[in-house]
Amino acid sequence: MSEFFAMGGYALYVWGSYGVTAALLALEVFFLRKRVRETKA
Amino acid sequence: MTASSIRWFWYASPQTFFPLAGTIARWCGLAAALLAAAGLYVGLFIAPTDAQQGEAYRIIFIHVPAAWMSMFLYVVMACWAALGLAFNTRLSGMMASAIAPTGALFTFIALWTGSLWGKPTWGTWWVWDARLTSELILLFLYFGFMALQAAIDDPRRADRAGAVLAIVGVVNVPIIYYSVKWWNTLHQGASVSLTRAPSMAATMLTGMLLMALAFWLYSIAVTMVRVRCIIKEREA
Amino acid sequence: MKPRHKRLAAIALGVAALGIAAALVLAAFEKNLVFFFTPSQIAANEAPQGRTFRIGGMVLAGSVKREGVEVRFVVTDTAKEIPVLYRGALPDLFREGKGVVAQGQLGPDGVFRAREVLAKHDENYMPPEAAHAVEQAQKTLQTK
Repeated sequence: MSEFFAMGGYALYVWGSYGVTAALLALEVFFLRKRVRETKA
Repeated sequence: MTASSIRWFWYASPQTFFPLAGTIARWCGLAAALLAAAGLYVGLFIAPTDAQQGEAYRIIFIHVPAAWMSMFLYVVMACWAALGLAFNTRLSGMMASAIAPTGALFTFIALWTGSLWGKPTWGTWWVWDARLTSELILLFLYFGFMALQAAIDDPRRADRAGAVLAIVGVVNVPIIYYSVKWWNTLHQGASVSLTRAPSMAATMLTGMLLMALAFWLYSIAVTMVRVRCIIKEREA
Repeated sequence: MKPRHKRLAAIALGVAALGIAAALVLAAFEKNLVFFFTPSQIAANEAPQGRTFRIGGMVLAGSVKREGVEVRFVVTDTAKEIPVLYRGALPDLFREGKGVVAQGQLGPDGVFRAREVLAKHDENYMPPEAAHAVEQAQKTLQTK
């Protein structure tokens, strides 16, 4: 398992890519939901 | 006017499109989540290590789909903008505005993951080669489009001004795509193209295509939700 | 012509004009968009003289020699070769027989003094076993 997270020594680069992408997409969905709520009100 | 074109213009009315957009958003969102789960599973657990790059190549499952989407969404945005200019339909401008933020997001993701991929493999975070520079210009085009629309109060005038910028900027898309062929770049050529067999192992390709499909459906879902917001805000 | 068609035609013309303009501008800037020069181009004196530029090509197999912090290797495009001298850390993908881009200056002795070395990899992705198989196949082809 720890071997999987180590990504052959490229953990910073691989997880940096996946993590930031996931965070940005989550942020977009979050702000969009907020906008939906605001337009409904 | 033929019956089919009447049908099209009927859907082009924001009010009739509104409920349809909601249905599309729900199904595409669900499908995107499922495909992303499958794509991540194949990409992170099934696909083998790359002979040259080791595990660092796994960034490809995010990088390439995001870069494809960044270019594709720009073309779709420009097409809606052009439709709006040509036929003066209200929905077209709204669609273009709804696509822009997601397009900018995928452009940023492509640049960010590319940078994180470039450091361990090429040995640098950034170089001013033709591929990287033209992709950065794409990000600025998205930003320019959004800033221009935000700066103009009247939505119809904002749509028209934005449309001109979007259409002008579309010349950048083939430049990005062919930059690796036209000039000497540090960036490698395309692994997947329409003209020849992909130069990737099958499971790697499967993971990448699943992620591309997931990003595609995600973009549709997000755009549909956003266009519903824009319809409500403008027609209120 | 209806006004709508007129507008459409005007847009189409505008896009075409812009496309041509962009193509012309790019053609004019062609020289500046070249990210690196190949050893053949350098041999033909196409590379800028006396200032920093990049060379690109393959690291000649068997040419890498490490002398302390200094590394010497030969960049080839299979037609011409340029010897390179570099001081510093090499990227992970720097390998003999693989692509490389180096930035620096060409000395009067014909040795390229690099300040930065970047690895240029290709667009092929395959598991190590497959890469090994490809290598074996190429070897048997060569010996035949």
